[in-house]
Amino acid sequence: MLEIVYQFISQNVLLPITTFFLPVDYQAQALTVLQTVIKIFSILVPVLITVAYFTYAERKVIGFIQGRIGPNRVGFFGFSLWGLGQPIADAVKLIVKEIIVPTGSNRALFIIAPILSLAPSLAAWAVIPFDDTKVLANINAGLLYVLALTSLAVYGVIIAGWASNSKYAFLGAMRSAAQIVAYEISMGFALVGVLVAAGSLNLGDIVNSQVGSVFHWFWLPLFPLFIIYFISGLAETNRAPFDVAEGESEIVAGFHVEYGGMAFSVFFMAEYANMILIAVLSAIMFCGGWLSPFQGVPGLEELFNWVPPMFWLLAKTSFFMFLFLWFRATFPRYRYDQIMRLGWKVFIPITIVWLVVVSALVVTNIPPWFN
Amino acid sequence: MTNKIKNYVTSLFLWELLKGLRLTGKYLFKRKITVQYPEEKTPQSHRFRGLHALRRYPNGEERCIACKLCEAVCPAVAITIESEVRADGSRRTTKYDIDLTKCIFCGFCEESCPVDSIVETRIFEYHGEKRGDLLMTKPRLLEIGDLVEKQLAEDREKDALYR
Repeated sequence: MLEIVYQFISQNVLLPITTFFLPVDYQAQALTVLQTVIKIFSILVPVLITVAYFTYAERKVIGFIQGRIGPNRVGFFGFSLWGLGQPIADAVKLIVKEIIVPTGSNRALFIIAPILSLAPSLAAWAVIPFDDTKVLANINAGLLYVLALTSLAVYGVIIAGWASNSKYAFLGAMRSAAQIVAYEISMGFALVGVLVAAGSLNLGDIVNSQVGSVFHWFWLPLFPLFIIYFISGLAETNRAPFDVAEGESEIVAGFHVEYGGMAFSVFFMAEYANMILIAVLSAIMFCGGWLSPFQGVPGLEELFNWVPPMFWLLAKTSFFMFLFLWFRATFPRYRYDQIMRLGWKVFIPITIVWLVVVSALVVTNIPPWFN
Repeated sequence: MTNKIKNYVTSLFLWELLKGLRLTGKYLFKRKITVQYPEEKTPQSHRFRGLHALRRYPNGEERCIACKLCEAVCPAVAITIESEVRADGSRRTTKYDIDLTKCIFCGFCEESCPVDSIVETRIFEYHGEKRGDLLMTKPRLLEIGDLVEKQLAEDREKDALYR
Protein backbone atom coordinates (compact mmCIF):
# COMPACT_ATOMS: atom_id res chain seq x y z
CA MET A 1 0.00 0.00 0.00
CA LEU A 2 2.51 2.59 1.21
CA GLU A 3 4.98 1.60 -1.47
CA ILE A 4 2.35 2.05 -4.17
CA VAL A 5 1.45 5.53 -2.92
CA TYR A 6 5.13 6.44 -2.67
CA GLN A 7 5.89 5.16 -6.18
CA PHE A 8 2.88 7.00 -7.54
CA ILE A 9 3.94 10.30 -5.97
CA SER A 10 7.56 10.04 -7.05
CA GLN A 11 6.59 9.03 -10.62
CA ASN A 12 3.71 11.42 -11.21
CA VAL A 13 4.52 14.43 -9.03
CA LEU A 14 8.22 14.61 -8.23
CA LEU A 15 9.58 13.41 -11.56
CA PRO A 16 7.63 15.94 -13.67
CA ILE A 17 8.56 18.76 -11.25
CA THR A 18 12.26 18.02 -11.46
CA THR A 19 12.32 17.43 -15.22
CA PHE A 20 10.30 20.56 -15.86
CA PHE A 21 12.08 23.09 -13.64
CA LEU A 22 15.69 21.99 -13.50
CA PRO A 23 18.57 21.57 -15.98
CA VAL A 24 19.40 17.97 -16.84
CA ASP A 25 22.55 17.85 -14.71
CA TYR A 26 20.68 18.40 -11.43
CA GLN A 27 17.56 16.35 -12.04
CA ALA A 28 18.71 13.09 -10.46
CA GLN A 29 20.00 14.74 -7.28
CA ALA A 30 16.91 16.93 -6.92
CA LEU A 31 14.68 13.88 -7.31
CA THR A 32 16.55 12.09 -4.51
CA VAL A 33 16.21 15.12 -2.24
CA LEU A 34 12.49 15.43 -2.92
CA GLN A 35 11.96 11.71 -2.41
CA THR A 36 13.77 11.91 0.91
CA VAL A 37 11.63 14.85 1.95
CA ILE A 38 8.52 12.85 1.13
CA LYS A 39 9.84 9.95 3.18
CA ILE A 40 10.63 12.24 6.11
CA PHE A 41 7.12 13.63 6.01
CA SER A 42 5.60 10.18 5.82
CA ILE A 43 7.41 9.35 9.08
CA LEU A 44 7.06 12.65 10.95
CA VAL A 45 3.42 13.38 10.25
CA PRO A 46 2.21 10.06 11.70
CA VAL A 47 4.62 10.51 14.63
CA LEU A 48 3.22 13.94 15.44
CA ILE A 49 -0.36 12.71 15.10
CA THR A 50 0.54 9.87 17.44
CA VAL A 51 2.00 12.39 19.87
CA ALA A 52 -1.29 14.31 19.84
CA TYR A 53 -3.39 11.22 20.38
CA PHE A 54 -0.95 9.79 22.90
CA THR A 55 -1.86 12.68 25.19
CA TYR A 56 -5.49 11.77 24.69
CA ALA A 57 -4.74 8.11 25.39
CA GLU A 58 -2.86 9.09 28.52
CA ARG A 59 -5.82 11.01 29.90
CA LYS A 60 -8.18 8.18 29.00
CA VAL A 61 -6.04 5.37 30.44
CA ILE A 62 -5.20 7.19 33.65
CA GLY A 63 -8.83 8.19 33.97
CA PHE A 64 -9.95 4.59 33.54
CA ILE A 65 -7.45 3.37 36.12
CA GLN A 66 -8.75 5.97 38.56
CA GLY A 67 -12.36 4.96 37.97
CA ARG A 68 -13.12 7.99 35.81
CA ILE A 69 -13.86 8.12 32.09
CA GLY A 70 -11.48 10.83 30.90
CA PRO A 71 -12.21 13.42 28.20
CA ASN A 72 -15.39 12.55 26.29
CA ARG A 73 -16.96 15.87 25.27
CA VAL A 74 -14.91 17.50 22.53
CA GLY A 75 -15.64 15.94 19.17
CA PHE A 76 -16.14 16.90 15.57
CA PHE A 77 -19.18 18.57 13.95
CA GLY A 78 -21.40 18.14 16.96
CA PHE A 79 -20.57 14.48 17.57
CA SER A 80 -18.66 13.88 20.77
CA LEU A 81 -16.93 10.67 19.49
CA TRP A 82 -15.52 9.76 22.93
CA GLY A 83 -13.68 13.08 23.06
CA LEU A 84 -11.44 12.44 20.08
CA GLY A 85 -11.35 16.16 19.30
CA GLN A 86 -9.65 16.92 22.60
CA PRO A 87 -6.00 16.95 21.38
CA ILE A 88 -6.95 19.23 18.48
CA ALA A 89 -8.70 21.62 20.84
CA ASP A 90 -5.70 21.58 23.19
CA ALA A 91 -3.34 22.30 20.31
CA VAL A 92 -5.45 25.21 19.08
CA LYS A 93 -5.61 26.64 22.60
CA LEU A 94 -1.84 26.43 23.03
CA ILE A 95 -1.10 27.89 19.60
CA VAL A 96 -3.34 30.88 20.22
CA LYS A 97 -1.80 31.65 23.62
CA GLU A 98 0.90 34.21 24.10
CA ILE A 99 4.52 33.12 24.67
CA ILE A 100 5.80 35.10 27.62
CA VAL A 101 9.56 35.58 27.76
CA PRO A 102 10.55 36.55 31.32
CA THR A 103 12.47 39.82 31.67
CA GLY A 104 15.51 38.32 33.37
CA SER A 105 15.77 35.39 30.99
CA ASN A 106 18.34 34.75 28.32
CA ARG A 107 16.09 35.31 25.35
CA ALA A 108 17.97 33.35 22.69
CA LEU A 109 18.53 30.29 24.87
CA PHE A 110 14.99 30.52 26.20
CA ILE A 111 13.60 30.16 22.70
CA ILE A 112 16.14 27.59 21.51
CA ALA A 113 15.58 25.23 24.47
CA PRO A 114 12.21 23.73 23.45
CA ILE A 115 13.42 23.27 19.88
CA LEU A 116 16.55 21.60 21.17
CA SER A 117 14.52 19.11 23.13
CA LEU A 118 12.08 18.28 20.32
CA ALA A 119 14.51 18.07 17.39
CA PRO A 120 16.61 15.08 18.57
CA SER A 121 13.55 13.02 19.44
CA LEU A 122 12.24 13.52 15.91
CA ALA A 123 15.63 13.16 14.22
CA ALA A 124 16.16 9.76 15.84
CA TRP A 125 13.30 8.38 13.75
CA ALA A 126 15.57 8.47 10.70
CA VAL A 127 17.19 5.15 11.60
CA ILE A 128 14.12 3.31 12.88
CA PRO A 129 13.44 0.31 10.61
CA PHE A 130 9.71 -0.22 10.13
CA ASP A 131 10.22 -3.22 7.94
CA ASP A 132 12.99 -5.17 6.28
CA THR A 133 13.23 -2.45 3.64
CA LYS A 134 11.38 0.54 5.07
CA VAL A 135 14.01 2.67 6.77
CA LEU A 136 14.90 6.26 5.98
CA ALA A 137 18.65 6.05 6.67
CA ASN A 138 20.05 2.55 6.82
CA ILE A 139 23.27 3.57 8.55
CA ASN A 140 25.66 1.14 10.16
CA ALA A 141 25.98 2.96 13.47
CA GLY A 142 22.22 3.28 13.98
CA LEU A 143 22.33 2.25 17.62
CA LEU A 144 25.06 4.77 18.37
CA TYR A 145 23.12 7.48 16.54
CA VAL A 146 20.01 6.77 18.59
CA LEU A 147 21.97 6.77 21.86
CA ALA A 148 23.62 10.08 20.93
CA LEU A 149 20.34 11.76 20.04
CA THR A 150 18.41 10.56 23.08
CA SER A 151 21.15 11.93 25.33
CA LEU A 152 21.15 15.20 23.42
CA ALA A 153 17.57 15.83 24.50
CA VAL A 154 18.69 16.61 28.06
CA TYR A 155 20.34 19.79 26.82
CA GLY A 156 16.92 21.18 26.04
CA VAL A 157 15.87 20.64 29.64
CA ILE A 158 19.06 22.03 31.15
CA ILE A 159 19.12 25.08 28.89
CA ALA A 160 15.45 25.75 29.57
CA GLY A 161 16.07 25.66 33.31
CA TRP A 162 19.09 27.91 33.03
CA ALA A 163 17.65 30.42 30.56
CA SER A 164 14.41 30.91 32.52
CA ASN A 165 16.30 32.66 35.34
CA SER A 166 13.91 31.09 37.85
CA LYS A 167 14.79 29.11 40.96
CA TYR A 168 12.27 26.36 40.36
CA ALA A 169 13.25 25.95 36.73
CA PHE A 170 16.91 25.82 37.70
CA LEU A 171 16.26 23.20 40.39
CA GLY A 172 14.37 21.11 37.87
CA ALA A 173 17.19 21.39 35.37
CA MET A 174 19.81 20.38 37.94
CA ARG A 175 17.78 17.38 39.02
CA SER A 176 17.26 16.37 35.44
CA ALA A 177 20.94 16.70 34.61
CA ALA A 178 22.07 14.47 37.49
CA GLN A 179 19.33 11.94 36.83
CA ILE A 180 19.98 11.63 33.13
CA VAL A 181 23.74 11.31 33.61
CA ALA A 182 23.07 8.40 35.99
CA TYR A 183 20.58 6.60 33.78
CA GLU A 184 22.42 7.26 30.56
CA ILE A 185 25.13 4.91 31.74
CA SER A 186 22.86 1.99 32.54
CA MET A 187 20.97 2.61 29.32
CA GLY A 188 24.22 2.60 27.40
CA PHE A 189 25.28 -0.64 29.04
CA ALA A 190 21.93 -2.22 28.22
CA LEU A 191 22.47 -1.24 24.60
CA VAL A 192 25.99 -2.65 24.70
CA GLY A 193 24.36 -5.92 25.72
CA VAL A 194 22.15 -5.74 22.63
CA LEU A 195 25.18 -4.92 20.52
CA VAL A 196 27.09 -7.91 21.84
CA ALA A 197 24.15 -10.21 21.31
CA ALA A 198 23.35 -8.99 17.80
CA GLY A 199 26.91 -8.36 16.68
CA SER A 200 25.84 -5.23 14.83
CA LEU A 201 25.03 -1.58 15.44
CA ASN A 202 22.58 -1.48 12.55
CA LEU A 203 19.01 -1.57 13.90
CA GLY A 204 17.79 -3.61 10.94
CA ASP A 205 20.50 -6.22 11.51
CA ILE A 206 19.63 -6.29 15.22
CA VAL A 207 16.06 -7.22 14.35
CA ASN A 208 17.18 -9.76 11.76
CA SER A 209 19.40 -11.50 14.30
CA GLN A 210 16.27 -12.17 16.40
CA VAL A 211 14.53 -14.20 13.69
CA GLY A 212 13.14 -17.54 14.84
CA SER A 213 10.34 -17.36 17.37
CA VAL A 214 9.21 -15.34 20.35
CA PHE A 215 11.94 -17.05 22.35
CA HIS A 216 14.60 -16.02 19.86
CA TRP A 217 13.91 -12.39 20.59
CA PHE A 218 16.45 -10.72 22.83
CA TRP A 219 14.08 -10.13 25.72
CA LEU A 220 14.82 -13.65 26.95
CA PRO A 221 18.63 -13.79 26.95
CA LEU A 222 18.86 -10.09 27.84
CA PHE A 223 15.94 -10.04 30.26
CA PRO A 224 17.55 -7.88 33.00
CA LEU A 225 18.91 -5.52 30.38
CA PHE A 226 15.46 -5.29 28.81
CA ILE A 227 13.88 -4.29 32.13
CA ILE A 228 16.70 -1.88 32.91
CA TYR A 229 16.54 -0.37 29.44
CA PHE A 230 12.84 0.33 29.78
CA ILE A 231 13.13 1.76 33.29
CA SER A 232 16.09 3.91 32.24
CA GLY A 233 13.95 5.01 29.33
CA LEU A 234 11.31 6.14 31.82
CA ALA A 235 13.98 8.11 33.67
CA GLU A 236 15.44 9.48 30.45
CA THR A 237 12.08 10.86 29.32
CA ASN A 238 11.41 12.36 32.77
CA ARG A 239 8.27 10.30 33.15
CA ALA A 240 6.59 9.18 36.35
CA PRO A 241 7.89 7.70 38.63
CA PHE A 242 11.09 9.56 37.68
CA ASP A 243 9.52 12.95 36.99
CA VAL A 244 11.44 14.90 39.65
CA ALA A 245 12.57 17.34 36.95
CA GLU A 246 8.95 18.41 36.65
CA GLY A 247 7.85 17.45 40.15
CA GLU A 248 4.71 19.56 40.07
CA SER A 249 4.02 19.00 43.75
CA GLU A 250 7.49 20.17 44.82
CA ILE A 251 8.85 22.60 42.24
CA VAL A 252 5.67 23.59 40.39
CA ALA A 253 6.57 22.44 36.87
CA GLY A 254 10.33 22.28 37.12
CA PHE A 255 12.28 23.25 34.06
CA HIS A 256 9.28 24.55 32.09
CA VAL A 257 7.57 26.75 34.71
CA GLU A 258 8.26 29.90 32.75
CA TYR A 259 7.06 28.53 29.43
CA GLY A 260 3.60 29.10 28.02
CA GLY A 261 1.74 28.70 24.78
CA MET A 262 3.48 27.02 21.90
CA ALA A 263 6.89 27.04 23.62
CA PHE A 264 5.43 24.89 26.38
CA SER A 265 3.62 22.64 23.96
CA VAL A 266 6.89 21.98 22.09
CA PHE A 267 8.34 20.67 25.38
CA PHE A 268 5.21 18.63 25.82
CA MET A 269 5.49 17.19 22.31
CA ALA A 270 9.17 16.44 22.91
CA GLU A 271 8.35 14.46 26.04
CA TYR A 272 5.74 12.38 24.26
CA ALA A 273 7.84 11.94 21.11
CA ASN A 274 10.65 10.70 23.35
CA MET A 275 8.31 8.23 25.01
CA ILE A 276 7.21 6.88 21.65
CA LEU A 277 10.84 6.65 20.59
CA ILE A 278 11.81 4.67 23.71
CA ALA A 279 8.81 2.41 23.12
CA VAL A 280 9.73 1.73 19.50
CA LEU A 281 13.38 1.15 20.42
CA SER A 282 12.42 -1.35 23.12
CA ALA A 283 10.29 -3.12 20.54
CA ILE A 284 13.11 -3.21 18.00
CA MET A 285 15.96 -4.18 20.27
CA PHE A 286 14.29 -6.59 22.65
CA CYS A 287 11.01 -7.69 21.13
CA GLY A 288 11.88 -8.50 17.55
CA GLY A 289 10.80 -5.28 15.84
CA TRP A 290 8.65 -6.13 12.82
CA LEU A 291 8.92 -9.92 13.36
CA SER A 292 5.65 -11.71 13.87
CA PRO A 293 5.14 -13.19 17.36
CA PHE A 294 3.69 -16.30 15.70
CA GLN A 295 6.88 -17.06 13.84
CA GLY A 296 7.91 -20.69 14.29
CA VAL A 297 4.47 -21.73 15.52
CA PRO A 298 3.13 -24.19 12.94
CA GLY A 299 -0.34 -23.23 11.74
CA LEU A 300 -0.54 -19.81 13.35
CA GLU A 301 2.42 -18.55 11.35
CA GLU A 302 0.68 -19.20 8.02
CA LEU A 303 -2.61 -17.89 9.41
CA PHE A 304 -1.07 -14.47 10.11
CA ASN A 305 1.09 -14.25 6.98
CA TRP A 306 -1.15 -11.61 5.43
CA VAL A 307 -0.46 -9.14 8.28
CA PRO A 308 2.09 -6.54 7.14
CA PRO A 309 5.30 -6.74 9.24
CA MET A 310 4.98 -3.07 10.14
CA PHE A 311 1.79 -3.89 12.03
CA TRP A 312 3.71 -6.05 14.50
CA LEU A 313 6.20 -3.26 15.17
CA LEU A 314 3.39 -0.78 15.76
CA ALA A 315 1.52 -3.22 18.01
CA LYS A 316 4.61 -3.83 20.14
CA THR A 317 5.28 -0.09 20.27
CA SER A 318 1.71 0.57 21.38
CA PHE A 319 2.11 -1.97 24.15
CA PHE A 320 5.22 -0.22 25.48
CA MET A 321 3.50 3.14 25.15
CA PHE A 322 0.66 1.76 27.23
CA LEU A 323 3.19 0.64 29.84
CA PHE A 324 4.36 4.25 30.17
CA LEU A 325 0.81 5.30 31.03
CA TRP A 326 0.19 2.32 33.30
CA PHE A 327 3.35 3.07 35.28
CA ARG A 328 2.42 6.70 35.63
CA ALA A 329 -0.98 5.78 37.00
CA THR A 330 0.50 3.26 39.43
CA PHE A 331 3.74 4.45 40.97
CA PRO A 332 4.37 7.40 43.27
CA ARG A 333 7.33 9.63 42.44
CA TYR A 334 10.75 8.44 43.59
CA ARG A 335 12.55 10.58 46.12
CA TYR A 336 15.66 12.17 44.69
CA ASP A 337 18.16 10.08 46.67
CA GLN A 338 16.24 6.92 45.79
CA ILE A 339 16.61 7.74 42.11
CA MET A 340 20.34 8.16 42.51
CA ARG A 341 20.63 4.95 44.53
CA LEU A 342 18.65 2.97 41.93
CA GLY A 343 20.66 4.34 39.05
CA TRP A 344 24.16 4.05 40.44
CA LYS A 345 23.98 1.20 42.94
CA VAL A 346 21.47 -1.15 41.37
CA PHE A 347 21.22 -0.70 37.61
CA ILE A 348 24.87 -0.18 36.71
CA PRO A 349 26.17 -3.23 38.64
CA ILE A 350 23.40 -5.44 37.24
CA THR A 351 24.05 -4.33 33.68
CA ILE A 352 27.79 -4.94 34.03
CA VAL A 353 27.20 -8.42 35.46
CA TRP A 354 24.74 -9.30 32.75
CA LEU A 355 27.06 -7.97 30.10
CA VAL A 356 29.57 -10.59 31.23
CA VAL A 357 26.86 -13.25 31.15
CA VAL A 358 25.78 -12.29 27.63
CA SER A 359 29.37 -12.23 26.41
CA ALA A 360 29.85 -15.71 27.85
CA LEU A 361 26.67 -16.90 26.11
CA VAL A 362 27.85 -15.46 22.81
CA VAL A 363 31.37 -16.83 23.06
CA THR A 364 30.15 -20.33 23.90
CA ASN A 365 27.50 -20.19 21.13
CA ILE A 366 24.60 -21.10 23.36
CA PRO A 367 21.53 -22.08 21.30
CA PRO A 368 18.91 -21.04 20.38
CA TRP A 369 20.10 -17.44 20.32
CA PHE A 370 23.77 -17.45 19.53
CA ASN A 371 24.48 -20.40 17.27
CA MET B 1 19.25 -12.82 58.10
CA THR B 2 16.79 -14.89 56.03
CA ASN B 3 14.43 -11.94 56.19
CA LYS B 4 17.11 -9.71 54.79
CA ILE B 5 17.78 -12.07 51.91
CA LYS B 6 14.05 -12.40 51.27
CA ASN B 7 13.69 -8.61 51.19
CA TYR B 8 16.62 -8.33 48.85
CA VAL B 9 15.26 -10.88 46.42
CA THR B 10 11.71 -9.51 46.40
CA SER B 11 12.93 -5.99 45.76
CA LEU B 12 15.27 -7.20 43.02
CA PHE B 13 12.42 -8.90 41.20
CA LEU B 14 10.19 -5.82 41.61
CA TRP B 15 7.57 -7.95 43.36
CA GLU B 16 5.78 -5.09 45.11
CA LEU B 17 5.75 -3.02 41.93
CA LEU B 18 4.16 -5.87 40.00
CA LYS B 19 1.52 -6.21 42.71
CA GLY B 20 0.78 -2.50 42.34
CA LEU B 21 0.51 -2.85 38.59
CA ARG B 22 -1.90 -5.75 38.98
CA LEU B 23 -4.14 -3.66 41.23
CA THR B 24 -4.26 -0.66 38.89
CA GLY B 25 -4.65 -3.04 35.95
CA LYS B 26 -7.78 -4.41 37.58
CA TYR B 27 -9.18 -0.91 38.05
CA LEU B 28 -8.66 -0.23 34.34
CA PHE B 29 -11.55 -2.60 33.58
CA LYS B 30 -13.79 -1.73 36.53
CA ARG B 31 -17.08 0.07 36.13
CA LYS B 32 -16.59 3.84 35.94
CA ILE B 33 -18.36 5.94 38.54
CA THR B 34 -18.27 9.32 36.80
CA VAL B 35 -21.62 11.12 36.72
CA GLN B 36 -22.16 12.82 33.37
CA TYR B 37 -23.39 15.97 35.05
CA PRO B 38 -25.77 17.92 32.87
CA GLU B 39 -27.40 14.71 31.63
CA GLU B 40 -27.15 12.67 34.83
CA LYS B 41 -27.51 13.90 38.38
CA THR B 42 -26.82 12.35 41.75
CA PRO B 43 -29.78 11.90 44.12
CA GLN B 44 -30.28 14.67 46.68
CA SER B 45 -31.01 14.38 50.36
CA HIS B 46 -34.19 16.07 51.61
CA ARG B 47 -31.84 18.02 53.88
CA PHE B 48 -29.96 19.46 50.90
CA ARG B 49 -28.80 23.01 51.55
CA GLY B 50 -28.98 25.10 48.40
CA LEU B 51 -30.38 28.48 47.48
CA HIS B 52 -32.33 30.28 50.23
CA ALA B 53 -36.05 31.02 50.23
CA LEU B 54 -38.65 32.66 52.47
CA ARG B 55 -41.85 30.69 52.98
CA ARG B 56 -45.47 31.77 53.40
CA TYR B 57 -48.42 30.29 55.30
CA PRO B 58 -51.08 28.63 53.15
CA ASN B 59 -53.23 31.79 53.45
CA GLY B 60 -50.49 33.81 51.77
CA GLU B 61 -49.18 35.59 54.86
CA GLU B 62 -45.40 35.57 55.08
CA ARG B 63 -44.07 33.47 57.94
CA CYS B 64 -41.14 35.67 58.98
CA ILE B 65 -41.78 37.57 62.22
CA ALA B 66 -38.47 39.47 62.17
CA CYS B 67 -37.16 37.82 65.36
CA LYS B 68 -33.65 38.22 63.91
CA LEU B 69 -32.46 34.88 65.32
CA CYS B 70 -31.07 33.97 61.90
CA GLU B 71 -29.27 37.27 61.68
CA ALA B 72 -27.75 36.63 65.10
CA VAL B 73 -26.73 33.01 64.41
CA CYS B 74 -25.32 33.59 60.94
CA PRO B 75 -21.57 32.85 61.24
CA ALA B 76 -20.78 34.66 58.00
CA VAL B 77 -22.86 37.75 58.89
CA ALA B 78 -24.60 37.40 55.55
CA ILE B 79 -28.13 38.29 56.73
CA THR B 80 -29.44 41.83 57.29
CA ILE B 81 -32.97 42.39 58.64
CA GLU B 82 -34.98 45.54 59.33
CA SER B 83 -38.47 45.43 60.79
CA GLU B 84 -41.55 47.53 61.62
CA VAL B 85 -44.88 47.09 63.33
CA ARG B 86 -47.64 46.73 60.82
CA ALA B 87 -51.06 48.38 61.04
CA ASP B 88 -52.61 45.13 62.36
CA GLY B 89 -50.09 45.15 65.22
CA SER B 90 -47.90 42.25 63.97
CA ARG B 91 -44.19 42.67 63.55
CA ARG B 92 -42.88 42.05 60.01
CA THR B 93 -39.67 42.64 58.08
CA THR B 94 -39.25 45.60 55.77
CA LYS B 95 -35.90 44.32 54.58
CA TYR B 96 -34.54 40.79 54.48
CA ASP B 97 -31.21 40.61 52.61
CA ILE B 98 -28.91 37.61 52.23
CA ASP B 99 -25.53 38.24 50.67
CA LEU B 100 -24.85 34.95 48.87
CA THR B 101 -21.25 35.95 48.26
CA LYS B 102 -20.78 35.78 52.04
CA CYS B 103 -23.10 32.86 52.80
CA ILE B 104 -21.41 29.54 53.59
CA PHE B 105 -24.62 27.47 53.35
CA CYS B 106 -24.28 26.10 56.87
CA GLY B 107 -28.04 25.97 57.39
CA PHE B 108 -27.96 27.62 60.84
CA CYS B 109 -30.54 30.23 59.77
CA GLU B 110 -32.92 27.46 58.82
CA GLU B 111 -32.35 25.65 62.13
CA SER B 112 -32.75 28.78 64.23
CA CYS B 113 -36.00 29.87 62.60
CA PRO B 114 -38.94 29.37 65.03
CA VAL B 115 -41.57 29.64 62.26
CA ASP B 116 -39.82 27.70 59.47
CA SER B 117 -39.66 30.85 57.39
CA ILE B 118 -36.11 31.05 56.11
CA VAL B 119 -35.21 27.73 54.48
CA GLU B 120 -32.66 26.40 52.10
CA THR B 121 -34.07 24.82 48.96
CA ARG B 122 -32.62 22.10 46.78
CA ILE B 123 -31.83 24.62 44.02
CA PHE B 124 -28.09 24.68 43.41
CA GLU B 125 -27.78 25.42 39.68
CA TYR B 126 -27.99 29.19 39.75
CA HIS B 127 -25.53 31.88 38.83
CA GLY B 128 -25.14 35.63 38.88
CA GLU B 129 -23.77 37.62 36.02
CA LYS B 130 -23.32 40.75 38.10
CA ARG B 131 -22.31 41.02 41.73
CA GLY B 132 -25.75 42.31 42.62
CA ASP B 133 -27.35 39.12 41.28
CA LEU B 134 -26.06 37.24 44.30
CA LEU B 135 -27.53 39.74 46.76
CA MET B 136 -30.89 38.21 47.62
CA THR B 137 -33.63 40.62 48.71
CA LYS B 138 -36.93 39.90 50.41
CA PRO B 139 -39.12 39.89 47.27
CA ARG B 140 -36.72 37.57 45.49
CA LEU B 141 -36.53 35.19 48.43
CA LEU B 142 -40.32 35.09 48.69
CA GLU B 143 -40.55 34.47 44.97
CA ILE B 144 -38.22 31.47 45.23
CA GLY B 145 -40.29 30.23 48.18
CA ASP B 146 -43.47 30.42 46.15
CA LEU B 147 -41.78 28.61 43.30
CA VAL B 148 -40.73 25.52 45.27
CA GLU B 149 -43.20 25.59 48.18
CA LYS B 150 -44.50 22.11 47.38
CA GLN B 151 -41.04 20.55 47.54
CA LEU B 152 -40.19 22.54 50.68
CA ALA B 153 -43.32 21.36 52.48
CA GLU B 154 -42.64 17.75 51.53
CA ASP B 155 -39.04 17.92 52.71
CA ARG B 156 -40.06 19.52 56.02
CA GLU B 157 -42.63 16.78 56.57
CA LYS B 158 -40.04 14.08 55.93
CA ASP B 159 -37.68 15.67 58.38
CA ALA B 160 -40.33 16.36 61.04
CA LEU B 161 -39.70 12.96 62.69
CA TYR B 162 -36.14 13.91 63.54
CA ARG B 163 -36.74 17.42 64.81
